Amino acid sequence: MSILDLQGLSKTFADGDNTIHALRDIDLRVAAGELVAVMGPSGSGKSTLLTIAGGLEAPTSGQVLVTGRDLAELNPDERAGIRRRTIGYVFQDLNLINALTAAENVSLPLELDGMKAKPARTEACTMLERVGLADKVHRFPDDLSGGERQRVAIARALIGDHRLILADEPTGALDSVNGEDIMRLIRRACDDGAAGVIVTHDAQLAAWADRILFLRDERAIDHAVSSSSTDLLLEAASGSGTSGGQGL
Amino acid sequence: MTIPHALLALLTQEPKFGLRLKEEFEARTGSLWPLNVGQVYTTLGRLERDGLVSDDDGSTPSRKLYCLTKSGRAELDSWLSTPPSNTSPPRNELVIKVMVALSIPEVDISEVIQTHRRHQLRAMQDLTKLKRADDDLALLLVVDAELFRLEATVRWLDTCDARLRRGDALNVMQTGSILRPGIKSDEQETKNAGNRS
Repeated sequence: MSILDLQGLSKTFADGDNTIHALRDIDLRVAAGELVAVMGPSGSGKSTLLTIAGGLEAPTSGQVLVTGRDLAELNPDERAGIRRRTIGYVFQDLNLINALTAAENVSLPLELDGMKAKPARTEACTMLERVGLADKVHRFPDDLSGGERQRVAIARALIGDHRLILADEPTGALDSVNGEDIMRLIRRACDDGAAGVIVTHDAQLAAWADRILFLRDERAIDHAVSSSSTDLLLEAASGSGTSGGQGL
Repeated sequence: MTIPHALLALLTQEPKFGLRLKEEFEARTGSLWPLNVGQVYTTLGRLERDGLVSDDDGSTPSRKLYCLTKSGRAELDSWLSTPPSNTSPPRNELVIKVMVALSIPEVDISEVIQTHRRHQLRAMQDLTKLKRADDDLALLLVVDAELFRLEATVRWLDTCDARLRRGDALNVMQTGSILRPGIKSDEQETKNAGNRS
């Protein structure tokens, strides 16, 4: 079963009397263990695709299934529950809370989900250790470097049982070596069984993915698949053509 | 990288046989630059002739133990600090393909650009896998160099695409393409604009 299954996804916005198309008829399936990168020029709909996949906004038409559950059929509480428990989201601007320490930021999804503060913080510290921030757990975001803040955001996305990792330009303005460290963390999470989708304009980051989906003019126009992921692609695209990039 | 200098570098620590030099060269470049053993012995022969390496008088090349000489070390040091030539190949095949595509009205140039973008990215995905599999520093550096080279091509293709979408291509065509000089008829221009907008 796919962890993420987007079917016939379209999104339009009204602009006065005009209708602006942000996405048109996108299909995308991402299996456990798979990392997909979405590339495309500015305005091609990359970030909109991710926010819809993460349940942060609804599509105009089409379905979003996360671990087999159709987000549109859930009530707001259930949707929020899936977002907390299943989806780890790395926002482009990180969205860390400045008044909370690194550990408190990372433990927040667990605490919001009802876990007691102490075990949640312990788990957060373990996760921060995994991303190389063992000695910075009590620092506030303002006292961390850009790369460290990025790692805190990744740790928050990876904590708990997040089976779907969604990341919008996850390496921000980091230099290439620090950016690579972030990609290694996301890659490892996927190798350990999560499904991942990253949105990026950076070809070197996208190259960490098993598949690259190219968006252009709100549509999926093509895909690139690394040599050994052909089988995954065929499985994901079963029943639909792969030549035009649709039906991924 | 020039192979003679790479071989000199591999001899800085200790004398080595030709076969071992071949193996170490390939290991350090992650097998991205395979060498055949004949190439190694030919190169060592030239280095010996120029006094940059010496041998222990083994009877055949494969039995010779090669050492770096003082002049070899000096040559290596001088090479390390000499800037490489930055002249690009005079005719980059991909640039020519895109130029040719631009000059043929019935070719969908966006499709051509996307095809090459996909190929470049696929090569980048395969190279990135080497980074995942191996933390050998020398290999990482070689793979990085290749990735930056391919990325530059992808960025150039992205720029081509963006210029075409913005309509810059029409300006190129109005001033005459390098491959099909001359101004085309208004009818052709209109058709092209329709194809590429």
